[in-house]
Amino acid sequence: MQLEAKIADPAKRSMLLTALYIAQEQYGYLTKEAVERVATRLGLPVADVYSMASFYSLYRVQPTGRYVLQVCEGLSCHLVGGADRLVDYLRKKLGIEVGETTPDGLFTLQTVQCLASCGTSPAIRVNDALYENMTTEKVDELLETLRGYHV
Amino acid sequence: MFERVLTRNFGLPRSESIDTYLASGGYEALRKVLREYTPQQVIDIVTASGLRGRGGAGFPAGRKWAFIPKDPQIEKYVCVNTDEGEPGTFKDRELVEKDPHQVIEGVIIASYAVGAHRAFVYIRGEFFLGVKRWIKAIDDAYAKGFLGKNILGSGFSLDLSVHRGAGAYICGEETALIESLEGKRGQPRKKPPYPASVGLWGKPTLVHNVETLANVPHIINRGAEWYASIGTPKSTGPKIFCVSGHVKNRGIFELPLGVPLREIIYEHAGGMAFDKKLKAVIPGGASTPMLTPDQLDIPMAFETLEGAGTMLGTGAIIVMNEDTCMVDVARRLMRFFAHESCGHCTPCRTGTQRMLALLEDLEHGRGKAEDIACLEEIASKMRGLTFCPMGDAAANPILSSLKLFRDEYEYHVKYKRCAVAA
Repeated sequence: MQLEAKIADPAKRSMLLTALYIAQEQYGYLTKEAVERVATRLGLPVADVYSMASFYSLYRVQPTGRYVLQVCEGLSCHLVGGADRLVDYLRKKLGIEVGETTPDGLFTLQTVQCLASCGTSPAIRVNDALYENMTTEKVDELLETLRGYHV
Repeated sequence: MFERVLTRNFGLPRSESIDTYLASGGYEALRKVLREYTPQQVIDIVTASGLRGRGGAGFPAGRKWAFIPKDPQIEKYVCVNTDEGEPGTFKDRELVEKDPHQVIEGVIIASYAVGAHRAFVYIRGEFFLGVKRWIKAIDDAYAKGFLGKNILGSGFSLDLSVHRGAGAYICGEETALIESLEGKRGQPRKKPPYPASVGLWGKPTLVHNVETLANVPHIINRGAEWYASIGTPKSTGPKIFCVSGHVKNRGIFELPLGVPLREIIYEHAGGMAFDKKLKAVIPGGASTPMLTPDQLDIPMAFETLEGAGTMLGTGAIIVMNEDTCMVDVARRLMRFFAHESCGHCTPCRTGTQRMLALLEDLEHGRGKAEDIACLEEIASKMRGLTFCPMGDAAANPILSSLKLFRDEYEYHVKYKRCAVAA
């Protein structure tokens, strides 16, 4: 009921982005059911809602791991030796390729284009948190901390 | 010594709180406006100050305000563009995270001037902290009576709310931002009509960048003349420059417009890191053509950079040293543009993808001699032919790097590797 309760605004269509966020939070990612519920509630065609979910990069239409590690590969992060080095390090460390999730379901590795963290690059985002001035040592610490929550 | 205005509170403890803002004279400009000025007088002051939009295009703010119809029967809106997402740019994030009330005060004054009673913050979905700070700051401003009904007993009312984007660079373009606010894919609209006459839900809408609005309270407090005395005659006021790349001190620097690029890099940003030589500078964010070391004395202002064949853009300076491969730089930037193309028009959608494929080939030693000409052809044919300025933005780094560093492209073709790493 959480989703329905939150979309009670007269400017219904404008609630679409917010509704998709709420649905994503509730379902983990935008499942078929989640998209259909949003569509029904806002009186929009399901295809229309899917087209929104696929346009905006923060919506997930595939399941991901508990922690989504997004390495910024923007120019400023790259120049200070970020992007490639950190991605390679994480690939080896986690034993997965970009876009994949570790078998334990804990980590998904992704690259993103820009996190507006150019002055404190290289940057990695993990779910709702931003980690700046990253080094491989800091990546180790970060993974250890995150794993620690799930022992 | 230049007096910092926009970033004056940045070092203070809890600089984002309303108490800190009030203690530093915050919301005094709003009181002054509501007590002393008519909306038209506010527009006149902002026009006289010479303030130009800080989102990239540099359009005079006062003129934009004057375009909004005066008829009180027509509903109008103000949108705050917090969709900063171009590589190299991070000033709005700092402004919102460190001093959001300064921006809110600017929004209220702008709304009063154009007669809007509803304003929206459109913030990039990735800015989690920014979203929190915006919401908290707006709540506090309501609690103190700076927002809501009958603000400070003046009879003027304004509601402000936060709308979170969902990861699309194009939503920083004002018409795409409006589309996204309406709950649609963020694809640009055809202009004209401009948002000032047909904007959000078909109503006149003023869209402004965060930094632009942050200037407004200071213009009111200290006057248009004071403001216009900073900078150059055509580019007035302070500007937040973002410096990233191969410099010792990366970060933001608030300086008067017109400050030489050399001073920013060698004084404020501490010079080149690792004692390497400077090779090229992107002066205003990923979409602006590059400059070379012999152009360092150029004043960082709208008109002077235009004269040098580039743009001030968002004032995001990316510094690259002698070890930088320019083909790699072009490829990185194209990855960004290809990923962020909204797909609405073919030249941009297909052009960016094709250019990216050619650049990946060149970088990985698979490039052929004709690829360089092909790259140049696509980029030059995209310029001016795409539905919105993003096509130009994507073509710029290619054309400028080809012009300045063509030999590096040729080296990649001939030796199947990079001239710098060789």
